[in-house]
Amino acid sequence: MRAFSYDRPDSVDAALRGVANQPGTTTEAAVKFVAGGTNLLDLMKADVMRPDRLVDISRLNLDKIEEVDGGGLRLGALARNSDTAYDARVQARYPMLSKAILAGASAQLRNMATNGGNLLQRTRCYYFYDTGTPCNKREPGTGCGALTGVNRIHAILGASDHCIAVHPSDMCVALAALEAIVRVTGPKGERTIPFADFHRLPGDTPHIDSTLAADELITAIDLPAKGFAEHSTYLKVRDRASYAFALVSVAAALELDGQTIRTARLALGGVAHKPWRDPAAEAELAGKPASLENFREASRVLLRDAKGQSHNAFKIGLAERAIVRALAEAAGVEHP
Amino acid sequence: MIAKPTIPDPLERSNPRPGAQIGKPVSRVDGRLKVTGGAKYAAEFNTPGLAHGYIVSSAIARGRILAIDTSKALALPGVFQVFTHQNRPSLPWFDRKWKDDDAPKGSPFRPLYDATIHHALQPIALVVAESFELARYAARLIHVTYEADEHQTDLHAASADAFTPGKDKGGFQPPPKPRGDADKALAEAEVSVDLDFTQAVEHHNPMEMHASTVIYHNDGTLTVHDKTQGPINTQTYVCNVFDLSKDAVRVISPFVGGAFGSGLRPQHQLFMAVLAATTLKRSVRVELSRPQMFSFGHRPEALQRVALGAKKDGTLTAVIHEAVQETSQTENYVEVVVNWSGQQYKCDNVRLDYKLARMDTHTPLDQRAPGAATGVPALEIAMDALAAKLGMDPLELRLKNYTEVDPNTGKPFSSKELRACFQQGAERFGWHKRSHAPRSMREGRQLIGWGMATGVWDAMQGQAVASARLGIDGTLTVGSATADIGPGTYTAMTQIAADILGLPIDRVSFQLGDTNLPMAPLQGGSWTVSSVGSAVKAVCDRLRDKLAGLAVGLNDGPLKGLKADDLHFADGCLIAKSDPSWRLSITEVMRANDLLVLEDEARSIPYYKSQMQHALGTHSAIFAEVRVDEDLGTVQVTRVVSAVAAGRIINPKTARSQVLGAVVWGIGMALEEETMTDQRLGRFMNHDFGEYHIPVNADVHDIDVIFVEEHDDIVNPLGAKGVGEIGIVGVPAAIANAIYHATGKRLCDLPITVDKILGA
Amino acid sequence: MSQPTGPASQGHAHKQPAPPPDLMDVTLTINGSRKTLRVAPWTSLLDALRLHLDMTGTKKGCDHGQCGACTVLVDGRRINSCLTLAVMAEGRTVTTIEGLASGDALHPLQEAFVEHDAFQCGYCTPGQICSAVGMLEEGHARTDDDIRELMSGNLCRCGAYPNIVAAIRQVMDSQAQKDGGKP
Repeated sequence: MRAFSYDRPDSVDAALRGVANQPGTTTEAAVKFVAGGTNLLDLMKADVMRPDRLVDISRLNLDKIEEVDGGGLRLGALARNSDTAYDARVQARYPMLSKAILAGASAQLRNMATNGGNLLQRTRCYYFYDTGTPCNKREPGTGCGALTGVNRIHAILGASDHCIAVHPSDMCVALAALEAIVRVTGPKGERTIPFADFHRLPGDTPHIDSTLAADELITAIDLPAKGFAEHSTYLKVRDRASYAFALVSVAAALELDGQTIRTARLALGGVAHKPWRDPAAEAELAGKPASLENFREASRVLLRDAKGQSHNAFKIGLAERAIVRALAEAAGVEHP
Repeated sequence: MIAKPTIPDPLERSNPRPGAQIGKPVSRVDGRLKVTGGAKYAAEFNTPGLAHGYIVSSAIARGRILAIDTSKALALPGVFQVFTHQNRPSLPWFDRKWKDDDAPKGSPFRPLYDATIHHALQPIALVVAESFELARYAARLIHVTYEADEHQTDLHAASADAFTPGKDKGGFQPPPKPRGDADKALAEAEVSVDLDFTQAVEHHNPMEMHASTVIYHNDGTLTVHDKTQGPINTQTYVCNVFDLSKDAVRVISPFVGGAFGSGLRPQHQLFMAVLAATTLKRSVRVELSRPQMFSFGHRPEALQRVALGAKKDGTLTAVIHEAVQETSQTENYVEVVVNWSGQQYKCDNVRLDYKLARMDTHTPLDQRAPGAATGVPALEIAMDALAAKLGMDPLELRLKNYTEVDPNTGKPFSSKELRACFQQGAERFGWHKRSHAPRSMREGRQLIGWGMATGVWDAMQGQAVASARLGIDGTLTVGSATADIGPGTYTAMTQIAADILGLPIDRVSFQLGDTNLPMAPLQGGSWTVSSVGSAVKAVCDRLRDKLAGLAVGLNDGPLKGLKADDLHFADGCLIAKSDPSWRLSITEVMRANDLLVLEDEARSIPYYKSQMQHALGTHSAIFAEVRVDEDLGTVQVTRVVSAVAAGRIINPKTARSQVLGAVVWGIGMALEEETMTDQRLGRFMNHDFGEYHIPVNADVHDIDVIFVEEHDDIVNPLGAKGVGEIGIVGVPAAIANAIYHATGKRLCDLPITVDKILGA
Repeated sequence: MSQPTGPASQGHAHKQPAPPPDLMDVTLTINGSRKTLRVAPWTSLLDALRLHLDMTGTKKGCDHGQCGACTVLVDGRRINSCLTLAVMAEGRTVTTIEGLASGDALHPLQEAFVEHDAFQCGYCTPGQICSAVGMLEEGHARTDDDIRELMSGNLCRCGAYPNIVAAIRQVMDSQAQKDGGKP
């Protein structure tokens, strides 16, 4: 950990003043907000992140979970992951989200981690964490170690020659499928970011994870009214039964009309630099019967551009099977 | 005449537990300390003015350091010094000065010795500062320039130049000469299997990271709190490397947070802490980070081939086991994984070959059941494959080829209750209900499989010395400079001593982890009960004989005229076997003889002669049930029965825990544990607990441990063989065989991860 | 071939390093007693306990939130003290393993851990016990599988998991009995 100063403002405005006039995105900022600390402090100890100053927002009044007009739910940015997952409204109306959160990390970490912080988690790529190795995300221009190295846990979709890291969150996969809205506030006032636009693909600037500006603060995550409580699930495949990041995960949500799919939502975790959604795959399912065959077809569409690296090509087949399994579970379709 | 002290006789009032203590499921005597946070580990001895060290690790795998710029680190207020090869004090040149009790043949690694880089993550500098955080910060400011050379970390490539080692490490014999003609027999066999195996690199990863706290005293002497499996090994190393006398170095390590072999050799944090303390003349602690726990020894990667030939009735006609393992450029680490393959089954044609390949890694290091943990699963998976090909029950095949003598040497086993393990284990598991066809059991998308395997480990004994001091108040203190890395040594030794002198447990305390105590060997290889326990027994036997002699010599005593053999010890008393009402308490005997204390020391010496005439080993039968998700390739080990024959069990509660834990290790070995190397960088990449997966609670389900009764007068006076290693051996094979039974896929590359199941 | 990349050669190497941070006062209530200490912002709650307060019952097993050995209860909730800065815990109530027993009487979980031999080396044990206290308080565990899942944030390299589950199960059952079957 490098030397840094610490400040604990008592209001959102004061917090924003703490990060005012920082250019660029929050990933690059020298002054960082800290709330749960579960990822930032870890990365600071590993010398991967080196902020000059931490602004502790953990006590700001942004920890509520509230109803919003139109039937949705507003998750405070500072509500803890565990409180969110066990919230009765979340469990009843957004069970896929609850399941996704509880599939991530450990009970202790979920007690600490905040909803806003979950969105800003950084990749678990070995090379990103090991400062003795090249990594374009950690240090632009040094190359991607994983591309020619150990890449079993890396991306099969949306990667670039500069970075094949994946986003590690489970919660975000469910939020992507739910089409959540990220509410942020900054010097120019409030704005909303559709979930699909919050995280980025690496391209040639993999050091930037999200579109959140360096002088902005996440205040809440809005869940739309449609929670797919009837027909949804979150499926996570990992190397051990718990406390491990996803090799592949699937958030699957369906709106059914009898056995016919009206709407489908499908998001993948562990496969790309952001939670992976593909409208074409979802459109493939709309209007069709909920059958294994159609689920397989949708998975093929979703994975049509998937590309494996030396150690992770297995993820393509695994993702296909996981998608079919998750959709079948969501639809209540018997697997033979 | 000395006035008799007026000490009440506490034994008369204490709550005696009648009968023997050996064999009782006594709760750990140090349990309370461990559950209250009172047990102190190496990094937990704090002292005013303690300085903290942080190690800088190499970015390259092989080459030289051209320059180290430490100026920015040294410029920070509160940084005391940065040690590198450039400013280190004079250090010994001869290899023998750097050797430790577990060193194999060769030249041990010397931290900060010169500019040479031997392996990635090699320690290359130590920052010492007034706080841990400052030392860590300053370490980040050190700029290193390297000249990199080509490195070799790929065992497949390195194996082209593999060589046959000699007897290069204690505890391991080179393979026996071939018996018969195994290759010819294999070619002519009615049924045969021929399989290749790989075993990934595994790191010990005890929960406590390696740490050493060196307390510097004004007279220049040191108290060292080190994470070690042998305090004397630590002391000897420090004295040799830093040219100090034994009087000047006392090692005190009462608790060790797991080790599993990682503490068998002094690791570099010890060197660093002593270097800093002696140079700066102040107390220093150096604690490794979790990634740095991947910077020293590991279970070596292995490439193996096992080929078996058999007659149609299952009689083995050929056993071939070939293995290549990695070692470093400077030492010959051997664990001869093939030898057990010549010992397990009766077979006339056996060829065992073992080779080493040099790589640019740190020298590998014994890890739980070194050798057997890697080699036996290969044999046992091959046996399962042979059984499948023969259409035979895998258990029947093993019984068919059962041997009562060690075919490697022709010697009989001192005891071998493996048949009973098979029988009791199979019964508990319900093995007879197995439908033998693969893929014949399922529940929805879950394929269910049952597999079994045999385990074996050597029963060993070393010399040890124990001291004992019996007070007139009836308290007994026994000590030996061994360690307790978790097996329950405090408890087992306490039980042995209490048993022999007929004392309640709470009257006895056992001391360990201190070089001021009598000599004990390294704690490893499951030999602590055998070695130290025998010394404890020996010294307590002496006290017992003395007391008996005194008691029968008391003129007005109730035991007068009896022989020592006519007495037994219980409830703190010496009691006539013929009439239990004739008794004297230990306190009475001592008081009557004007003794305040009774002290002695004894050395245990193995029964070399009879041991030489026998093969000594522990055995086990493991039965496992898995559920494999057919779509996703995930595996759950739902049930394991491990039946173990390990001689006498001193404490079934702690021994059961050892076997449970070892089965958990076996689950990790079978399904999860793998340190992955980036061959281009020559570097281990998943060097943390997030990505090096050890089993978590949710991975572990029903585990049933059976201790089969086994009597043995040859292994040692206690008849106890030790259970630290046997529990892991064979478990990966039982799981791999269960996966075959579930899926029909024969997987021979450990760990068997999702990708391998889906890919096969 | 010269390779300039070193573990600390990247990025900010050209800048003059910032001096060590200034110390701050932090007041915590630890196991019922108020403690004020002066620490730099970079000191974790874990190091504050172990190094500044000499309360070494809380263990450091990885320092990165990947093992659970450092688990303590902050305001009654189990957390990883290695990933919390001491300054962030200002004013909070912290319970560590040293604060669970009342005098000589062990906490029921401590008793159960000894009775079931739910540890070997003992290093993960304080974290396991604090985690179990937190888990029982949370009240989401019903079955043994729930316990296994919700205790998976605490690694035990000795593999004492079956005994850990048995110990927790015993305390859970006796609590349920005491509560007279109340939900």
